[in-house]
Amino acid sequence: MRISKYTVRHVAELARLEFKEEELEKFAEQLGNILEHIEELNELDTSNVEPTFHVLDLSTPLREDVVEPWLNADEALENAPQREEDFFAVPKVIED
Amino acid sequence: MEYEAVIGLEVHAQLLTESKIFCSCSTKFGANPNSQVCPICLGMPGVLPVLNERALEYAIRAALATQCEILAKSRFARKNYFYPDLPKGYQISQYEEPLSTNGSLEVESNGLKKKIRIRRIHLEEDAGKLIHEHSQNLSHLDLNRTGVPLIEIVSEPDIASSEEAVSYLKKLRSILIYIGVCDGNMEEGSLRCDANVSLRPKGSQELGTKTEIKNVNSFKFVQKALEYEIRRQLSLLESGGKIVQETRLFDSTKGITFPMRSKEEAHDYRYFPDPDLLPVVADSKWVEDIRSSLPELPGARHKRFIEEYKIPAYDSEVLTASKEVADYFEDCLKYYDKPKTVSNWIMTEVLRELKGEGEGIKTFQITPEKLSELLKLIDDGTINGKIAKDVFNEMVSTNKRAGEVVAEKGVMQISDLSEIEEVISRIIERNPDEVSRYRAGQEKLIGFFVGEVMKATRGKANPKLVNEILKNKLSES
Repeated sequence: MRISKYTVRHVAELARLEFKEEELEKFAEQLGNILEHIEELNELDTSNVEPTFHVLDLSTPLREDVVEPWLNADEALENAPQREEDFFAVPKVIED
Repeated sequence: MEYEAVIGLEVHAQLLTESKIFCSCSTKFGANPNSQVCPICLGMPGVLPVLNERALEYAIRAALATQCEILAKSRFARKNYFYPDLPKGYQISQYEEPLSTNGSLEVESNGLKKKIRIRRIHLEEDAGKLIHEHSQNLSHLDLNRTGVPLIEIVSEPDIASSEEAVSYLKKLRSILIYIGVCDGNMEEGSLRCDANVSLRPKGSQELGTKTEIKNVNSFKFVQKALEYEIRRQLSLLESGGKIVQETRLFDSTKGITFPMRSKEEAHDYRYFPDPDLLPVVADSKWVEDIRSSLPELPGARHKRFIEEYKIPAYDSEVLTASKEVADYFEDCLKYYDKPKTVSNWIMTEVLRELKGEGEGIKTFQITPEKLSELLKLIDDGTINGKIAKDVFNEMVSTNKRAGEVVAEKGVMQISDLSEIEEVISRIIERNPDEVSRYRAGQEKLIGFFVGEVMKATRGKANPKLVNEILKNKLSES
């Protein structure tokens, strides 16, 4: 299965990764090989098999709706790269 | 060519749980920034989300109340995108197997009933709040809202006008409040609406290119945003232009929609099943228990009020629009058994006092019992209807009971025949001109005489007696 350089760039951008031109080419080939390998599984007929989303056949446990405080603002902000008052401060994400 | 609008709405409703959907942080509105967070909702590595049972129950309630089918098994998925309000880099939502599908809501618009289909209702977590106004170069981020439970209610594109959209929203909001899963507060963002709008040649089955208007937060703005967007698309199409599929925002001061500027690429959320969360199994016995615990819904109550209390459809509509008002009405009837009288008082005096905000009736100082006392004073002739309105206002401002106000103000109705007769004789003597004109056939002047009597008695005379005695006296010559 062929993966284009454009697809690799698109996926990289969605993941906020930056690559050089030759890296894009290399990854395109490698990703293509991986997908080809996976394609081999299509030889098997799985039309009557329920997709496995999770390896354990369990349903989700539920939590009682009870509040338990954990962190205060100072603790929550302790590792923040930048803080202003009690807020995380991040680069402005809208243009005026 | 004639065009018709095709509108679908996505409503996000915040569920009234105490704690967040996947962690035990409080959901309380208005707390200090970043004071209701924990490693789970902050998206720290190595943590595991655990679903809040009440959030699931409330989502099922909402689904059942809108005729949805509950899927025996549903799944959570990750919706991936980068934005600072989402610390994990993905939102936990539901995608391929939502909690419920195939519901509907009946709305009334321009007097016509119409069924709007609901495609799905699913559970998801809310994102944090970004504040851009505090600082010049930075955005401030408060993550208290991150992880607050939401349901997203997605309609089919069955809505054909801005009025229909508003009536769908009002109905939906009223149901969610009725069943106690959402407070419906649009100002605080407990209920938010995105609208998908497109136009197509009238009668065509194909859908045109749509735009999405994000986060419109009042009924009025929904109406205005849709009206503007329909007009905008229409003039584009009529001048031979093409609609661009895009996300737009509504500027409420200018009354226009405009394209959202974003550095984001075209939406590509790469949904996939969240490996941290196991499938949600809605036990059928539990679902049936929830179904039987649902209260009477607004539509059913509306019909019952008309049949049981014989009040006009309009009255019933106003009273059942909010659960609190409908409860208040029925509570009044426990003390005072004249539905139409109670309905009139609620629709005029009571709702005026509450400035139309029906939900405030729960804490209104004039309780059903107190209102009933007042109405009984009219019935037994202690005061007349006009004075009763003054007494009502006095009760609102002083918090006293009707009987007390009447005694203090001395506004007891004058039903004493001789007292009224005396006043009337005086007025007839003083106004010979009017008397002779009345006797000459100008019967409308009866109003003048009634007015004079009321003035002389400061509104306290029994109007029925005044009318009778006046007519008798004036016809004697």
